[in-house]
Parts: sequence; C-alpha cells; structure tokens
Amino acid sequence: MTTLNASSPTDLGPGRVTAVAVVRSEWIKLKSLRSTWFSLLAAVLIVDGLGTLFSALHAHRGGRDPFDLDATQISLRGVFLAQLAIGVLGVLVITGEYATGMIRSSLSAVPRRHPVLFAKALVFTVVAFVTAFAGTFIAFELGQAAQSSTHLQASLSTPGAWRAIIGAATYLTLIGLLAVGVGFAVRNTAGAIATLFGIVLVAPLLTNALPSPYDQDVMKFLPLSTGERVITTVHPDPNLLSPWAGIGVTALYALAALIAGFVVLKRRDA
Amino acid sequence: MIEANGLTKRYGAKTAVDELSFTVQPGIVTGFLGPNGAGKSTTMRLLLGLDRPSAGGSRINGKRYLDLPAPLREVGALLEARAVHTGRSARNHLLAMAATHGISRARVDEVIGLVGLEDVAKKRVGGFSLGMGQRLGIAAALLGDPGVLLLDEPVNGLDPEGILWVRNLLKALAAEGRTVFVSSHLMSEMAVTASEVIVVGRGRLITSGTVQEVIRAASGGSVLARTKAADDLARLLAADGCEVQRSDDQTLLVSGADSEAIGELAARAGIALIELTPQHATLEEAFMEITRDAVEFHGRGPADAQPAALGGAR
Repeated sequence: MTTLNASSPTDLGPGRVTAVAVVRSEWIKLKSLRSTWFSLLAAVLIVDGLGTLFSALHAHRGGRDPFDLDATQISLRGVFLAQLAIGVLGVLVITGEYATGMIRSSLSAVPRRHPVLFAKALVFTVVAFVTAFAGTFIAFELGQAAQSSTHLQASLSTPGAWRAIIGAATYLTLIGLLAVGVGFAVRNTAGAIATLFGIVLVAPLLTNALPSPYDQDVMKFLPLSTGERVITTVHPDPNLLSPWAGIGVTALYALAALIAGFVVLKRRDA
Repeated sequence: MIEANGLTKRYGAKTAVDELSFTVQPGIVTGFLGPNGAGKSTTMRLLLGLDRPSAGGSRINGKRYLDLPAPLREVGALLEARAVHTGRSARNHLLAMAATHGISRARVDEVIGLVGLEDVAKKRVGGFSLGMGQRLGIAAALLGDPGVLLLDEPVNGLDPEGILWVRNLLKALAAEGRTVFVSSHLMSEMAVTASEVIVVGRGRLITSGTVQEVIRAASGGSVLARTKAADDLARLLAADGCEVQRSDDQTLLVSGADSEAIGELAARAGIALIELTPQHATLEEAFMEITRDAVEFHGRGPADAQPAALGGAR
C-alpha cells in the first residue's frame, strides 16, 4: 500500500457536481455498454433494411397506381419496427441500472437525483437523433434507388421528402424518450418494455374497438398515427393531425412520461 | 464524523431500523455489528440518502448527505449489494463515477492500482468474482479521497489474503485520520479490525463502546474452578450466594465471585484447587450473548427440529 491519498489534489476535480459533469458521466455510461451499440445498430438495420425491402417489393409489383404512390413513405416504413429497438434502448438506459444495482452508485454520486434524469434524457436524445437521422436518410436514398425501375421514385427535392426524413428521425427519438420516461417510472425492464409496447402498439388495436367516430378521434392522437402522418407526403388521411402537430403530441407523451419518471425518481427509495 | 439521530425506517408494518442514534468518530475503525437482518445495510442506505428515513436523520461532517456539494469527495461507500452495471468494464465504471465530480483519469488509474485490479480493469464486471467485485467497490469508495468511508461487509467473498489486505487498508485509512465505519456480521473480523463497535439487533441499538467494554459487559466475569472436591466447593459457593454450573465431575463455572474470593474460600475449607481461571469471552461470544434475543431467524438445532414429515420413521 503506497499512497491512499490522491497523488495530486487537482486530480480530484472542482469540489462540486456540475450539470455538465453529470452529462459527461452519462455519456461514458451510454457508450461503454455493448447493448447501446447493438440497439442502435439494430434500429439502423431495421429502418434501412425494411425501407429497401418494401421499396424493392413495390418496384417489383410495377408501381401500378402513380396517383396514389408515396415513394417517400414506402422507403421509411421501417421506422415502425425500429421504434421498438430505440424504445428498448431508452428503457435499458435506466432499468439496466436498477437491475444491476448501478443506480445506487449513480445516486450516491448525485444525491439530488434529478440531474441524472436530465443528463440521461439529453445524452439519449442526441445519440438517438443522430442515429435515427442517419438511418432514415440512408433508408430514403436506398429506398428510392430500389424504386428507380418505376421511374416514379422521389428525390430530396420532392415536396415533403426532407420533412418525412427529419420527421421520422424525430418520431423515433421521441418514442425513445417516452421509453426513458417509462423506464424511470416503472424501474423494471420487463415492466417498462411491456408498458411501452402497450402505448405504442396495443393502444391503436384497442382504439379499433371504439364505436365510430370516436375511434378516429382517439386514433389520430396515438403515436403510431402521428408517426404514420409525418412520413406521408401524398394524399394524407384527412382525419389525422398535421405532421408537426402530431410530432408535438408525441413530444407531449414523452414529456408526460419523463415527468412521471422524475416524480418516481425523486420520491422512491433507490 | 457520522451522526445518526433517531434514525428510523419502516417498510409497511416492518421496522427495519428503529430509532437508531450513534456517533462514529474519525481516526478509528468503528465496527457496525449485528446478525443478518439487523438493519445494517438499511442504515448504510439511509446514511447515503438512497432510502428516505421514516423518522430521524443523519449527518456526515455536519451535513445531510443530500446537501454535500461533492459527496464522493467526502464520503466513499461500498454497498453490500453490488452497485455496478455488469455490462461495463471496471475502468469505465470508475470513469463514469469520476466524471460526475470531475475527478481525473489519473486518479481512476491510481485507485485501480491501489486495489490491484490493473489486469482486469478493462474486463466486464459481470465476469468478476465476488472478491474482485469487492475490490472494485473499494476502488470506487476511494475515488474522491474521502475523509469518511462507509463499507458494508467489505470482506465478504474475499480470500484470506484479501481479508488481510482489507484489514490493513481499514487500519491505514483510520490512521490517516479518516472516519471508517464498517459493517459486518463476522465478530472475529471486527475483533481484530475495529476499536469501537456499535451492535444492533432487529434495527435497535443493543450496545456500543470499545471492543473491550462490550466483551467485559457481556462475559459477566465468571471464573472456572477445577478441584477433586467439586461437590464440596459447589456447596460452599452456593451457600455464599454464587451461581455455580457443573461442567464435569471436577469442573465448576462460577459467577458472582472473583478468583481471589474463590481461592480464599477453598483454602479455608481445606480444598485443593487444580485450576482457577477467570473467563474472558471473545467478541464472538459476547456478540452471541447480547444478540441472542435479537436474531431474526433462528436456526433450529437437530434436537428441536422435529422431523414431522419423517415422524413415522422414528
């Protein structure tokens, strides 16, 4: 045992926990887990693979109805499966800490607790958006290339194309943030994933059971519909919210989940 | 310096920690003893602000843990339940912890060296043995060079060499003037490590003081006397108001008189003594004695474990 004391006092930092430092810590945590990179890779492969596949299948069928054709939307349909990969990552960002006990280390370093939630949400937002945008942009390009035989493919200058690409990436990011909030609120991996899938996938099915026109009234506010609308550039369903209004509603779901997570984090024993 | 004041934690109807008050002084190793389920780990979590007390409170260096501006610089903690993500490498775990306080990479590598984890620092913690996990936990506790250390069962899962290492580390940390608070259910370990002990059972404070005080209070100063005339001596001692236990035909265990009184009594009666020895309990025995009523789960010995299912076979 040579030195128990730090060899240099400057090595011990400024003597307080800052918001920037907590963000840096969360970035180290996120990037140092393999599950992060697997989830992100899965999300990109799903968006790009399915987008290309749907586009190729469409081209193979010959693109019969040019009037109804939404080449952009076809190439971005992979987001509805990819949202599960992003959502699982969002959940694991926090439930992985509860499952392993890491949360006790995290909260003993940051006893006020809420900076951990803000830092996780911020780091996740940046990483998820960058990944999702790369995924949707590439999916669009690959998808249009796969549809080139129809001569009806879209390009980046097609009206609504950029909105669909950016909107799809934003939608994926917001679903991921919803998952982060649900993870903080539920704290258990299986429970949080089940809750997330319930909100994203099961709620639309249940809405179908409502009598008309209530089903439409409810459906247009659900995440799946808002995501559908933001990637649609041709003949949108008039019952749906406008693309950015839908994204705004999705953001409100994410915000509500994060507030629930904040309350649980602040009040419950770790 | 750690102060707990009426610290209480209830989970529903169960009271895990019951109005616990104590002070832990710097410069010495203080043992926190109690059987499993006595509330030691809950107390540790309360001290760290991880659990909210139902009543009472605690302060470290005069402040609530939540109010410490840089908690890792003042308090290092090793929690009994592992508090590390199994998918992350040891070094990345320490880097993430260090980053919250702006503690440098150099310090991270320093504590890795200090606990002897250089060879496995880049391996994922999920593959660590219990002993390696404990070393990592100790590294995390030392990260901020804190003046107060809270260590919950630090020797758990360590091999003899590791136990010796922890023992020396704790003493060295205390010798540097730090407050070292170590929980354990192993009395023998605390007997050689701690100067003061705080003994709890069922969440309540049973006793506290120096190791010697606790032992003296629990052993009650009985004396072993051996003589060929055990019957005669027993009769005389009993007449004198002593409590006498016969362990075999020559041996008596006497409480209520010291060796001097017993020796004089025997001399006056013309009884030759073969042996006369004051009995000192070990900390282990003292602990068993004082926590006998506070053990949450009693094992049943073979004698009273009635084999109901096998009853017919008897």
